[in-house]
Amino acid sequence: MNTTSRIYLDNAATTPLDPEVLDAMLPYLKDHFGNPSSIYSYGREAKMGIEKARKQVAQLVGCTPNEIVFTSGGTESINTAIYTSVNYLNCNHIITTKIEHHATLHSVQYCEQKEHIKVSYLHLNELGQINYDELETLLKLPNTKTLVCLMHANNEIGNLLKIKKVSELVQAYNAYFLCDTVQTIGHYPIQFTDHLVDFAICAPHKFHGPKGVGFLLVNNRVNFPAFIQGGAQERNHRGGTENVYGIVGLAKALEKALNNYESYSAHVLELKTYCYQELKQNFEFLHFNGTLFENNLYTLLNFSVPDEHKAELLIYNLDMNQICISSGSACSSGSSIGSHVIAEIKPSYKGHHFRISFSHLNTKSEIDSLITTLKKFI
Amino acid sequence: MYLCEINLYMLQKPIYLDNNATTPMDPRVLETIIPYFTQQFGNAASRNHPFGWEAEKAVENAREQVANLIGADPKEIIFTSGATEGDNLCIKGVFEMYAQKGNHIITCTTEHKAVLDTCRHIEKIGGAVTYLEVNKEGLINLEELKAAITPKTILIAIMYANNEIGVIQPIKEISTLAKERGVLFFTDGTQAVGKVPVNVINDGIDLMAFTAHKMYGPKGIGAIYVRRKNPRVKVTAQIDGGGHERGMRSGTLNVPGIVGFGKACELCQQDMQADTIRISAMRDTLEKGLLKLEESYVNGSTQHRLPHVCNISFKYVEGEGLMMGFNKDIALSSGSACTSASLEPSYVLKALGLGDDLAHSSLRFGLGRFTTNEQIEFTINAITETVTKLREMSPLWEMFKEGINIDDIEWAHH
Repeated sequence: MNTTSRIYLDNAATTPLDPEVLDAMLPYLKDHFGNPSSIYSYGREAKMGIEKARKQVAQLVGCTPNEIVFTSGGTESINTAIYTSVNYLNCNHIITTKIEHHATLHSVQYCEQKEHIKVSYLHLNELGQINYDELETLLKLPNTKTLVCLMHANNEIGNLLKIKKVSELVQAYNAYFLCDTVQTIGHYPIQFTDHLVDFAICAPHKFHGPKGVGFLLVNNRVNFPAFIQGGAQERNHRGGTENVYGIVGLAKALEKALNNYESYSAHVLELKTYCYQELKQNFEFLHFNGTLFENNLYTLLNFSVPDEHKAELLIYNLDMNQICISSGSACSSGSSIGSHVIAEIKPSYKGHHFRISFSHLNTKSEIDSLITTLKKFI
Repeated sequence: MYLCEINLYMLQKPIYLDNNATTPMDPRVLETIIPYFTQQFGNAASRNHPFGWEAEKAVENAREQVANLIGADPKEIIFTSGATEGDNLCIKGVFEMYAQKGNHIITCTTEHKAVLDTCRHIEKIGGAVTYLEVNKEGLINLEELKAAITPKTILIAIMYANNEIGVIQPIKEISTLAKERGVLFFTDGTQAVGKVPVNVINDGIDLMAFTAHKMYGPKGIGAIYVRRKNPRVKVTAQIDGGGHERGMRSGTLNVPGIVGFGKACELCQQDMQADTIRISAMRDTLEKGLLKLEESYVNGSTQHRLPHVCNISFKYVEGEGLMMGFNKDIALSSGSACTSASLEPSYVLKALGLGDDLAHSSLRFGLGRFTTNEQIEFTINAITETVTKLREMSPLWEMFKEGINIDDIEWAHH
């Protein structure tokens, strides 16, 4: 299939691997194939690749190398953090929202049902924003050890959390803070200093790194045993032979994303702004979801098309025209329920919801093609 | 431009003889993976566009390749990040799912740490675990297994083949017994799948964990087999999220990894017979060559053993010193990679009844698809030389040669 003529605007689901990242990975896919736990040269080379990556990642995100635990990706990292909080940090109360990623929601629901953990869902306004006062009120609940699970940026509507503010509240009330940073690490130069969070998450396939690898950032004050047991890898925090080339690729992708942050983000924001203006100008009836440009990801746009505009076939028509966008997050795989995020903030809205997500590889002329094609169908 | 050359692995040093720890990726596997990094990069869960569909198609194709290798239905394959996660998922998942039925698990002392550590965890959360001993061949006793089963037993977890000595357990007999007593049978197939004809139907396996990087595929990807009929087996997910992999394992699929795993399985199926003939001949040559040294012993059964593995103890020689003698030229391990940084003698060899001296003087040889006759010849010479030299310097060896039975000496403790 010819892939070059296609327009890929679903970068919040996953991104193509950067060829430079692939080049960094190749030696570890070929010659440096050893098991990092082996003590001879093949093993040591692999181990060095991992530790170099860990140091580099720590420098880039402003933490110490021993705070980085490499995992198989975002979902495992979130599960590890929630499991750890409930089983080893004695958290008996979780504060979250109903628009978190399913990795968080389903883990939290599990804790609620099986471990009888009290769960408080923060109310959201029609833009999908939380109320920080409500968060503080809930943090004051007596006889509780609380874990706050809030995503730094929503993967569907892009709303950004005031992470510093939450961090201060969490510290003031001696709670724990798991911040799902899957959509922001690699897209913002976040520095995890001053005990910003207890847990943060990275999935490099969201910023032109490899799939099947990620990390869990765990603040030094949190001591925890392995979630996946067997072997002393990751200083006993995560058993299993390390995905060496994946880890090397992760570090390279993060380095490149952050070194080019200014130019990438300026370009992507320009695309988002342009796309928004064009959509608004051409289709007055569209409704944009989330906070849009105020405290929002520069990488995505989410809008709804009312039912009367026959949007149900839009995705397929776009696809016929080689344009890839999403009607929700990729992770509600196989479900026909549509977006749980929009359903939560706009329960009575009758229409279809779409997410366009950009990368630095997209161009203005691709946006023009999108608009031209949309005009044909709505 | 990404083509690897097989001759990269010929008499280039160090010679790699630790294929139980990990294997180099087969260049044919790497070639298959590359397009999925940069071109067909979609998220397999993206239902709205062809990038997603292509990724999903590739995953389903790989699932079929993996299933074919072990005689399973593709629906019975759940992808994980590797065998350790797979071991965790099978054991914890069964423990949770079948909690109504019981809380007892039977395993054995020579299992991989991924199984043993998970069992220790099960004990901490209210489970009961029986650890069967093995005989000096490394095999469990079926009568003991039978006697260990109680009405509360929900799972028998016995590995297919051991990672240190390559010994293959009596899988069919275990599964028959398990079936008779209505207990599920899980096997860690990490070292066996792709090397010997593992077949979940013939072998009567209910659950199995295995991984790509032990069969010339990429790291960071593995799978579990979960039987869907006679009986239909279920495991509780240990990683929750988007409901990928039939709800048993969430998380964005590692598409390139999965594609590589599939290809690796296909190659193993296609090449297994020829590989086995060639590799086991080299293994036998190596073993025969090294057993010419006095006081050298093969550890574990030679009859029930993987064709590419041998584990030998060289009495009166200290293993670490032995390794230092040639580790610039030959990459080998004295135990499993997962514990090789520690100086403790192998718990597997101790379980066979070896004393510290023999356990400390062992080497594990794991031959592979890219091992050559020249490498084996070099290895026999290098190890023979090193052992001989070290023994010449050893007072214990001298005493042994003078006919003093060292085991009878009472040493003064300092």
